[in-house]
Amino acid sequence: MSQVAALPTRRDEDFRYADLAALTPLWPVAAEQVRVPGGEAQTMTLILAGGEAVARELVVTLGAGASFDLRVLNANGAYGRVALRAELGEGANFTLGAAQLAAGEQVLEIVTQVVHAAPDAVSRQIVRSVAGGQASVNYLGKVLVAKGASGTDGEQSVRAMLLDRTATANARPELEIHADDVKCAHGCAVGELDANGLFYMAARGIPPETAKRLMLQAFVAEAFAGAAEEEALLEQALAALEAML
Amino acid sequence: MLQITDLHATVADKPILKGLSLTINPGEVHAIMGPNGAGKSTLGYTLGGRPGYEVTGGTVTFAGQDLLALEPHERAAAGLFLGFQYPVEIPGVSFLQFLRESLNAQRRARGETELSGGAFLQVAKLRAGLLKMDLDMLKRPVNVGFSGGEKKRAEMVQMGILDPKLAILDETDSGLDIDALRVVGEGINTVMRQPGKAVLLITHYQRLLDYVKPDFVHVLAGGRIVRTGGPDLALELEERGYEAVAA
Repeated sequence: MSQVAALPTRRDEDFRYADLAALTPLWPVAAEQVRVPGGEAQTMTLILAGGEAVARELVVTLGAGASFDLRVLNANGAYGRVALRAELGEGANFTLGAAQLAAGEQVLEIVTQVVHAAPDAVSRQIVRSVAGGQASVNYLGKVLVAKGASGTDGEQSVRAMLLDRTATANARPELEIHADDVKCAHGCAVGELDANGLFYMAARGIPPETAKRLMLQAFVAEAFAGAAEEEALLEQALAALEAML
Repeated sequence: MLQITDLHATVADKPILKGLSLTINPGEVHAIMGPNGAGKSTLGYTLGGRPGYEVTGGTVTFAGQDLLALEPHERAAAGLFLGFQYPVEIPGVSFLQFLRESLNAQRRARGETELSGGAFLQVAKLRAGLLKMDLDMLKRPVNVGFSGGEKKRAEMVQMGILDPKLAILDETDSGLDIDALRVVGEGINTVMRQPGKAVLLITHYQRLLDYVKPDFVHVLAGGRIVRTGGPDLALELEERGYEAVAA
């Protein structure tokens, strides 16, 4: 991966919704290499919660039978971007659980390319985003199944919750499949908090702010279920949610 | 306890309640029966304060307060419980967490001390037992994966825990088999047949009334109460149908 690449433009699919002004001083972004040798298991937690713009680029390689569990909390106070390319060897297992919490005029985004290079690998991506104010939350994710990678099991579950009509969510889950006998699922939904649920809670005496908080906590928690650092992640996510509400 | 006077309400600008009046005193059980589209559920939702149910006329006084001036959660804290015909699923929030939040929010609003985790569990266990529901069920997310009958029983467990002054139960009997109907009926009697409490049952059928004996039966048609009688009226409705009785 070249590190002297020209600054991207909106024509670059992976930067279509990026905050290019915030990205400029960070460019070029150095790729961080993660190699998980065959048969080994690694976990990683990324928390973006500072006030400065951040762009991270991870290049992950999983050997045969390796597993990698990545959890991301993207609640950066300015532009926050996590780009990831993962290449999965035979029978490898990759999990991405990510939550993005954006308020004000923030732009937060996760861009992934998961390559099933060999047979029988499993990838699970679950992304939960919440945006209020004029903020944007983006997920651009491609699952590429190489020729011969039969027995692939790939899943993308992408949901975004808009707290205000002025907030934006862009979601583009994408599949490119060059093999037979492949199971790939993607679900994508952008919505608002369930009005029926909010009234049900109110009818039991829960004030609207608390009801909203409970529902958002549950929504965000889906991204961190089963994580090694689940509690710490949830705690940070909840603190970020509090600041938004 | 509840005094509804000449209530008019619209849903999506369509008039549904057209001059409904009803008085419920402490210690009474009232049943409202009526054909589909009569406005039964609208009455429940309007009293609960559901967004989209707009009051265009009349007054409602509850326990000495102007009910219509209160937000939905304030109505609950004032002692009103609305049992849902279709209880809502809330993924990711356990019943226990939901109910503890509910109860303590109500207690805070009333200026009472909050219940500790242990004390709350005691109450929850007792009330779940009353409805023959395993406490483990309440560790699951609110109504998620519950059958229709389980949802209705869970509504009654919630009512037991929240211990309201007035319960408005919207078709709590629908979706229940005969055994569950008896359990629910007994639950309503145990929790609500108490001095100072009252119940408004909204139902299509007479069968729940075999277990929870109403003091008054009202027939709702065209957005208003067209007949009021004792328990016999429910039997008469069952026999002759709404059209004959309401005419």
